[in-house]
Amino acid sequence: MANALVNVPARARRGEIIEIKTLISHPMETGYRRTQLGARVPRDIIRLFVCTYNGTEVFRAELHPAIAANPFFVFSTVATESGSLAFQWTGDNGFSATETAPITVE
Amino acid sequence: MDDHETSRRTFLQAAAAGLGLGAVITVAPAQATPKEMEDAVRKVVGQASVSKGRVKLELPPLSENGNTVPLTVSVESPMTPADHVRAIHVFTELNPQPDVVSFRFGPRAGHARVSTRIRLANTQTVTAIGELSDGSFWSASAAVVVTLAACLEDA
Repeated sequence: MANALVNVPARARRGEIIEIKTLISHPMETGYRRTQLGARVPRDIIRLFVCTYNGTEVFRAELHPAIAANPFFVFSTVATESGSLAFQWTGDNGFSATETAPITVE
Repeated sequence: MDDHETSRRTFLQAAAAGLGLGAVITVAPAQATPKEMEDAVRKVVGQASVSKGRVKLELPPLSENGNTVPLTVSVESPMTPADHVRAIHVFTELNPQPDVVSFRFGPRAGHARVSTRIRLANTQTVTAIGELSDGSFWSASAAVVVTLAACLEDA
């Protein structure tokens, strides 16, 4: 349903700091907008983003309505071992999306 | 004649009351004030004092579209288990809500540096607060001029 894009280098040297980019399609409705008839548009945002590296959490972001639509994050982690990076977004109205990316560390 | 006077007076009184009511509605803004931002910051830092410095907050000085303003925040740190950045929190003065985002790191992050895109409802100052593993708090602020405000357009 949700369209998530992650950019993780496919291979890295052990101990290297790698840059990770993530983007997910989501309207991030703030809950402060009104329709032309004056009715408040209910809030619908992603509240939490977590990145885990072989099961260990390396980065987490707690989001509020002031994050722009289609949340985009660039962050980094240390390449410690081969395996996979898992990304999870959770939010209002039961929103949940996951994505994984493999990495080879040599 | 008397009747007419009374009805005119009641009309004027009603009109004045209406105007007063209108004024009351317009003075209640749908935005956080610097005081609310201070409270939000207090909730995060507790009793600790916040010093200026160590945090680098990069925002464009002028943004044409408040719906998507690029933000990069970083804190100088060796990021070792003994000395690392635990979190970076971002706040705004004049958005409807002062909180923007909280990032949490560990020594596994390598660098305490994040980029994202935020919404700004007004020309205002954005503040970032870095929380270090030794329990100290550091801050940086940046002023942004916004020409098209976020949050205000009709859906």
